Amino acid sequence: MEYPKKTHDFSWAQTYVYLAAGFVLASVILLVVMIVVFAGPALLEQGNLGIFTWHWNPYQGHFGILPMVMGSIILSFSALFLALPLAISLCGLMLTAPKHLAVKVLQAAIRFMTAIPTVVYAFVGVLLLTPLVRLTFAGSGLSLLTATLVLALLIMPTMVLVLNSGLGFKLDELCPHGLAIGLDKFELLWFFVFPRSKKTFLAAGLLGFGRAVGDTLIPLMLAGNAPQVPQGLGQSLRTLSAHMALVTANEVGGAAYSSLFMAGFLLLGISALVSIISRALVKN
Amino acid sequence: MKRMYILSLSLLLCLLTMSTVQAATLDAFQGQKGTINIAGGTAHIPVMKAAAQSIMTSVPDIRITVTGGGSGVGVQQVGEGLVDIGNTGRALKDSEIEKYGLQTFPFAIDGVAVAVHPENPVNGLTKDQLIKIFTGEITHWQDVGGSDAPITLYVREDGSGTRETFEERALDKATPSSNSNVSNSNGAMKTMISQDKNAIGYVGIGHLDASTKAVTIDGMEPSQENAQNGSYTITRLLYMNTKGEPQGLVRLFIDYVYSEDGQGFISAAGYIPVIKD
Repeated sequence: MEYPKKTHDFSWAQTYVYLAAGFVLASVILLVVMIVVFAGPALLEQGNLGIFTWHWNPYQGHFGILPMVMGSIILSFSALFLALPLAISLCGLMLTAPKHLAVKVLQAAIRFMTAIPTVVYAFVGVLLLTPLVRLTFAGSGLSLLTATLVLALLIMPTMVLVLNSGLGFKLDELCPHGLAIGLDKFELLWFFVFPRSKKTFLAAGLLGFGRAVGDTLIPLMLAGNAPQVPQGLGQSLRTLSAHMALVTANEVGGAAYSSLFMAGFLLLGISALVSIISRALVKN
Repeated sequence: MKRMYILSLSLLLCLLTMSTVQAATLDAFQGQKGTINIAGGTAHIPVMKAAAQSIMTSVPDIRITVTGGGSGVGVQQVGEGLVDIGNTGRALKDSEIEKYGLQTFPFAIDGVAVAVHPENPVNGLTKDQLIKIFTGEITHWQDVGGSDAPITLYVREDGSGTRETFEERALDKATPSSNSNVSNSNGAMKTMISQDKNAIGYVGIGHLDASTKAVTIDGMEPSQENAQNGSYTITRLLYMNTKGEPQGLVRLFIDYVYSEDGQGFISAAGYIPVIKD
């Protein structure tokens, strides 16, 4: 028997894919190695300056970054808890009434929102949202609440898209039979799809969290950047990402600069942890 | 012959209309080629841009790029050889001079003014009040003769030249309250103060406009004239820095910033020129 002759040689494509994958892998490894190499000395030499303390004041030799760690965690979880229910509701609406004109418009809007750069969200937030927050709470209007609202708006569309693709096909599978026995789409979604989709919810949540914790411009422009742990929604806070942006603008060398690598390491650690957990969940 | 006559006449006219100094300094660039990259302090940008435009218009073979990034970026990039001139809004630290072998060129004086919302009735503060406000000891405007409202504090980020000048010269090195909001540029600071009726913050005098109101400190009026004659003391110098002694084009550029043209650009940007001796 004769096999048909190969008409194309795709080995170049394979080589290319391996090269690209290798390059990405090498970059990630290099990034981690570099941060560890720089963060290590900061931790060893300046350990006595107290990087893991609650007080940031470089002029007086205090380099505590814990308020920023707390800031990052508090802000991203607040945004997540606001955005997740919203995303689930929107997703439910899109799946149960996909042909309604309003839903179609909404769907287009959400797809469009994923493409808007964060600086645009932040800028609109400064001009429109901060004056409102300032009227509600005394203070500057730059606060946990302001940053949470805008950050939730940023991560919500991504989460809706993840939920849609995860839940949509399950609903489609059930539809012909389910509709035939007299249940409507919402009932199918609520009683059959949702209870069996915990992993999709978790994946969407973790993806949203990862985006929220890594974003820089929204907290930088809207959260007020005071290096403190906020005691309420109307208070100013600083995230790790905003902290790095603020300090690198003016510092070269020295303890404050070195402590940034520790901050970067922690931020990378939080992101990596979230990413690993979400991958494991999606796999199962 | 007639043509020669017209040519020499127009040349003469040119020489008469141009200030001789201007002609001399821009002339130095004639026939030069190459690139100058400049980065660092944001306060310097209007001056650098004006000088760059003037040079590039007269000699198209020269390319000059000007970017911001802040004083720290300026030091790092010039030190690592990524740019030719690194600008700082503060004097270089000894460690920076040692590490990179930098030469420094102060070319302008910038005053830092305390600014509040234009509708704020407070027109002047004493230095003592100012320190108490920024350290969080005074928290309400009525305590300093203003309306019945809490004060919101705005400061610049650590390492900002404007912040350093302000804390050293206006706060006598007191540390501002840690719940102050932090803005990362003069522009962002102005936007926040102009939006917030209870705000107090500080900006470079050159950045003052109708969107904010400057207050007097111990009766000192923040203005360019007062900063120059020394009666307003919350001031700083703006520096250009090079790695080693500047050569060629970079040398010419620095000389140009110190020239009469350069002084014009400095004044136009709201600063006071430093006369090189």
